Amino acid sequence: MEVAVTINGESYSREVEPRTLLVHYIRDFVGLTGTNVGCDTSSCGACTIHLNGESVKSCTILAVQADGQSLTTIEGLADGEVLHPMQESFRQCHALQCGYCTPGMVMAAISLLDENIAPTEQEVRLGLKGNLCRCTGYHNIVKAVLHCAGASV
Amino acid sequence: MIPTAFDYIRARSIEEALAALATHGDEAKLLAGGHSLLPLMKLRLATPAVLVDIGRLDDLRYINDVGDYVAIGALTRHRSVETSDLVRSQAGLLAEATSYVGDPQVRHMGTIGGSVVHGDPASDLPSALLAMRATLVVQGPSGQREIAVDDFFTGFLDVSLGVDELLIEIRVPKMPDARWSFQKFNRRAQDWAIVGVSVVVNNGSSGIGLVNMDSVPLRAVAVEAAVNGGASASEAAQVAAEGANPPSDLNAGPEYREHLARVLTRRALAVVGC
Repeated sequence: MEVAVTINGESYSREVEPRTLLVHYIRDFVGLTGTNVGCDTSSCGACTIHLNGESVKSCTILAVQADGQSLTTIEGLADGEVLHPMQESFRQCHALQCGYCTPGMVMAAISLLDENIAPTEQEVRLGLKGNLCRCTGYHNIVKAVLHCAGASV
Repeated sequence: MIPTAFDYIRARSIEEALAALATHGDEAKLLAGGHSLLPLMKLRLATPAVLVDIGRLDDLRYINDVGDYVAIGALTRHRSVETSDLVRSQAGLLAEATSYVGDPQVRHMGTIGGSVVHGDPASDLPSALLAMRATLVVQGPSGQREIAVDDFFTGFLDVSLGVDELLIEIRVPKMPDARWSFQKFNRRAQDWAIVGVSVVVNNGSSGIGLVNMDSVPLRAVAVEAAVNGGASASEAAQVAAEGANPPSDLNAGPEYREHLARVLTRRALAVVGC
C-alpha cells in the first residue's frame, strides 16, 4: 500500500506492507535513524516523534495510519548548526548519558511544553512518564526541561 | 513489523466500516488508535486477517452537551477527553480517570472507544463509566442500539458488541455537583492498575467501579449500598471486595488485591467526604 507522508517538511512516498510500523518506515525506508526503537512495546518512548505536532510512539502506529500526515523527528528540530532550544537545554544541563533515550525524551519534552508552557517539576516528571532512561539520568533531564521552560534551575 | 500479515481496509464512512465487518465477520478487527490492538498483534495474541481502519472517521470525534448527558464520539482521543472543559465540569471523574491512561503519547493517539471495547478489566476508564452509569451506543446493520454500561462488559477482553457492530458514542450523565475520586495503585509509572477504584457521589447516590478486581470491570454494589445507607468511609470500604473474584498475577494475589480494594476505596470515599 502506498504511504505518503511529510517528514520534517520533506515529502516521502513508498509502497509498504500494511503491517509495517511507522518507526520502520522512518528508519529503514526514509533513512532517518535518529528515532530509536527501544522496547517495541510502547513502554519506553525511545521512538517518540510528533504526528501533526503531538508526541506519539512510532512503534505502535502502522505506517498506513500515518498516510497523508505530517511528522517531525529529532532530525527536524535544529536549524542548521543551531540547536532547538530543547536540544540546547539538554546539552547545557548534561541531560544525556548513553544518549539512547535522548531523541524520544527531547520530542516528548517539546510536546509537553507545547501543552504546558510553565510546568512544575512534578508536571515535568508526569509528562515524561512515557519515556524511560536506562541510565536513570532523570534528574538532569527534568532540569533541562525546566531550564528550557525558563525556570531557574 | 507486525509478525502476522493482514489485509488492510481504510473505511471512509461508518457504512463502509460496517460493510467490511459484514463481509469479513470475526476475521476482521477494527483499528481506531491502535494502542490496545497493535500491542496484542505484536505478541500474536490477536491475529486478525483483516484490519478495518476507522481512524479517519472524524465524524466520530466530538464531545457534545446533549441535555442531561455528555455525548463523546467513540474516536475521541484520550487527550481531548482529559482536557475538555465540558467533561471536566460535567463529568470530572471521567476526565480524571482518563488522565491516568498510559502516558501522554498514548493519550494523543488512543481513543476512548478503542479502550472501552477492548474490555480489559485492568483498564482505567470502565471503572469511571460504571460509577457514572454511562450508556454506550453501537451501530450495526439494523441500526443503532443503546447498551447500559452494566451490561457491556461480558468477560475477559470481551464486550457485548456483535462482530458486525461498531461503538459510535459514549453517553455520560452530567453531574456538575458530584464529588468524585479516582485511586490507582501500580508499581511503575505506566503500568495498568494492580487495583483501581472510581467513586462518585451525586445527589446522595453513589457509584463505585473497580479496576482489575475480576475478569471484568465491575461495580462494588455492596459499598454503594453501604454509602447510600449512611455508612462511614471506613465502614463502607470494608465490603469493597465483596462479590469480586480478583485475578492472580506476578504483581499480586487475590488476597492482596482484596486488601488494596478496601484501602483504595476508603481513600476515595474519604476524598469525596463520606
